[in-house]
Amino acid sequence: MADPIIRAEALTKRYGSNLAVDHVDFDIAAGEIVGILGPNGSGKTTTILMLLGLTEPTGGRAMVAGFDPLRDPLEVKRRVGYLPDQIGFYENMSARDNLAYTARLAGLSRREIDERFNAALERVGLGHVGHARVTTYSQGMRQRLGLAEVLMKRPSVAVLDEPTTALDPHSTHEFLDMIRRLKADGTAVLLSSHHLDQVQSVCDRVALFNRGKLALTGTVTELAGRVLGGGHVFDVEAHGSEVPELIAGVPGVVRVQPLGGDRYRVDCRRDLRADLARHLARSVDLTGIFFAAPSLNEVYARYFEEAGDAVY
Amino acid sequence: MQSTRRGSPWTGLGTVIAKETADHLSSARMRILEALVFLTALAAAYAAIRSIRATIGESPFLFLRLLTMAQDPLPAFIALLGFLIPLVAIALSFDAVNGEFNRRTLSRVLAQPIYRDALLLGKFLAGLLSLTIGLCSLWLLVIGLGLLLLGLPPSTEEMMRMLGFLVATIAYGGVWLALALLFSVLFRAPATAALAALGTWLVSSLFWSFLTDIIAALVAGPAEGVLGPRLAYLNAQQLIDRLSPNTLYAETALALLQPQTRALGPVLISQLQGAVLGAPLPVTQSFVLIWPQLTGLIAATIVIFAIAYVLFQRQEIRA
Repeated sequence: MADPIIRAEALTKRYGSNLAVDHVDFDIAAGEIVGILGPNGSGKTTTILMLLGLTEPTGGRAMVAGFDPLRDPLEVKRRVGYLPDQIGFYENMSARDNLAYTARLAGLSRREIDERFNAALERVGLGHVGHARVTTYSQGMRQRLGLAEVLMKRPSVAVLDEPTTALDPHSTHEFLDMIRRLKADGTAVLLSSHHLDQVQSVCDRVALFNRGKLALTGTVTELAGRVLGGGHVFDVEAHGSEVPELIAGVPGVVRVQPLGGDRYRVDCRRDLRADLARHLARSVDLTGIFFAAPSLNEVYARYFEEAGDAVY
Repeated sequence: MQSTRRGSPWTGLGTVIAKETADHLSSARMRILEALVFLTALAAAYAAIRSIRATIGESPFLFLRLLTMAQDPLPAFIALLGFLIPLVAIALSFDAVNGEFNRRTLSRVLAQPIYRDALLLGKFLAGLLSLTIGLCSLWLLVIGLGLLLLGLPPSTEEMMRMLGFLVATIAYGGVWLALALLFSVLFRAPATAALAALGTWLVSSLFWSFLTDIIAALVAGPAEGVLGPRLAYLNAQQLIDRLSPNTLYAETALALLQPQTRALGPVLISQLQGAVLGAPLPVTQSFVLIWPQLTGLIAATIVIFAIAYVLFQRQEIRA
C-alpha cells in the first residue's frame, strides 16, 4: 500500500474501567472505501471520533492526512468531511445558510462558498430546494444535505456514519453511487454501517469490530476465506434428496447450505468445481455449478456465531 | 495522554459569534423579552418623568432621578431592570449547549476546524453582545424620552454615571448569562437547565436576604448587642449578602445613580466627622466606591464561565 491516508497504531480508548477501543491497528489508502462493521458498542464510533480529533485516545496514535488528530485536530478537520448518523441541522435556517455556516467555520471564503454550494447541492440532487428551510426537508433530504456539506469541504477523507439508515431503497441506491463518486475523486471513505449488503456493494475492504478490538480486516473474499473456510463459494443446482450428503462428502467442502428448490450454496477450501461435478453427475441430476460471491452477511453471521459474544 | 494542541483556540470564534447573535436577535423568544423589558422600563421612566416635572427645580440630577424614582404602581426603572435582566440573560443561554446536543448539530459543528473553546466562548459572547445591544437601545431610548419630556440635556456627570450604570447592568447580565450557560452544559434537557437557572435567580432575588440574616446570626452571633447593633454581625451579613450578584448590582446602582451615597456598608460615627451629609460625591469617587462591586460581578462571570468551560471540555461529543 502507498502511504496510507489514515493510519491507526494501537489506538486505544478507555472510559474508566471500560475498554471501548482496544489496540486497534489499520491503514487506509487514498481513494479506498473501507466499511467499518460491528455490533452496537463495539468501538466503531469511538474509533471514528478519535480519528476526527473529537475525543482523545487513551493510548496509541493515529495519523490522518499526514496529521496527528491529537496534536493537530484543526488540520485533520480541515481535510476530513464527517457525516454523523442522524445528522441534525438548524431548523430555522435554510440549507444554504446551514452549509454556509459550517463552510465558514471550515475557513472557506465567501466566493468559495458560493462556487461550491450549487455544485454540491446539484450533485446530491437538492439543487432545486437549496434555499428552503431545513425544517421542510425529509430525513432522506437531510442525509443528502449532510453529504453536500462533506462535498463542499472537498476532503481527502470522508467519514460516513450510518449514512443510509433513514433512506428508502431508491435513495439508498443513489447515495451509494455518490459514495462511489467520492472514491473516483480520490477521496478515502470510511463507511460505518449495519447494512452489510450495502457495505459489500460499495467497499473495497471491510474492518470488523468486536468488543473494542479489530477482529477482522480485508476484502470480503479474504474475510470469507478466513471465516467461512477457503473462500471459494459455489452455487450447485442438482435434483435429488441425497444431494446435500453427496456434496458434503467431497473432500475440501466446508459447508453446504440449502438455498431453496434444488439450489445449494457450497463453501470450499479450493476450486472444487470438477470434483463436485464428478461426484454429483454419477448419482443425481446435476443442472449446473455457478460461481457465487461470498456474502458479507454470511461472513458476519458466521463470525459472531462462532465468537458467540456479540451484542446486537 | 497529554499532548499540546496546535492551532489557535479562537479559530472560528467570529463566525460563531456572528451566527449566534443573528439567531438571538431574530428569534421570537428574544423579541418577546425585549418587548417586555422595553415596555415596563419605558413605562417606569415615563411615570418617573411625570413626577419629576412637578419638582423640576429640586435636584441637580434630574436624569438620574428618571432611573431611580418610583411612581405607584410602578417600581423604579432600576428595580425593574434588576428583576428583568436575569430573565433575559437566562432566556439567551439556557439551551446554548444542550440545544446543540438535542438538535444533533454539535458533532457536525465540532467536526469543522474549530476547538470547543471557540464554540463555548462564541456562544457566551454572542449572548452578551445581544444583551448589550438591547440595553444600549433601552439606554438611548430613556435618554431620548428624558430629553423630549424634560426639555433638558443630561450633564456630563449624569452621562458618566449613566454610562457606568449601563456597564454594570451588562456585567450583571453577564453573570446570569454565564450561569445559564453552565446549566446548559450540565443538564441535557433545556427545561431542566432553565428551571435550575430560574430557581437560582429566585433564591438570589427573593430569599437571599432572609438566608443572609440567618447565616450571619449563626456565624457572628446575634444582630443586637448591649450597646446596639453589633459590628461583627453587620460585617458578616454584608459579606454573605455580597455573594449574591443582585446585592452587588443594587449597591452599584445605588452609588452611581444616587450621588449622595458616600458608603456601601456600616459607617461609624467617627468616620462621619467632617463629612457634609447629603452633598453629592464627585463621579470619580462614586466609581471608586463601586469598583469592588463591579469587579466582583465581572469576576463571578469569569469564574462561572470557567466552570462551564471545564465541564464542556470533559464531555463526550456523540450527538
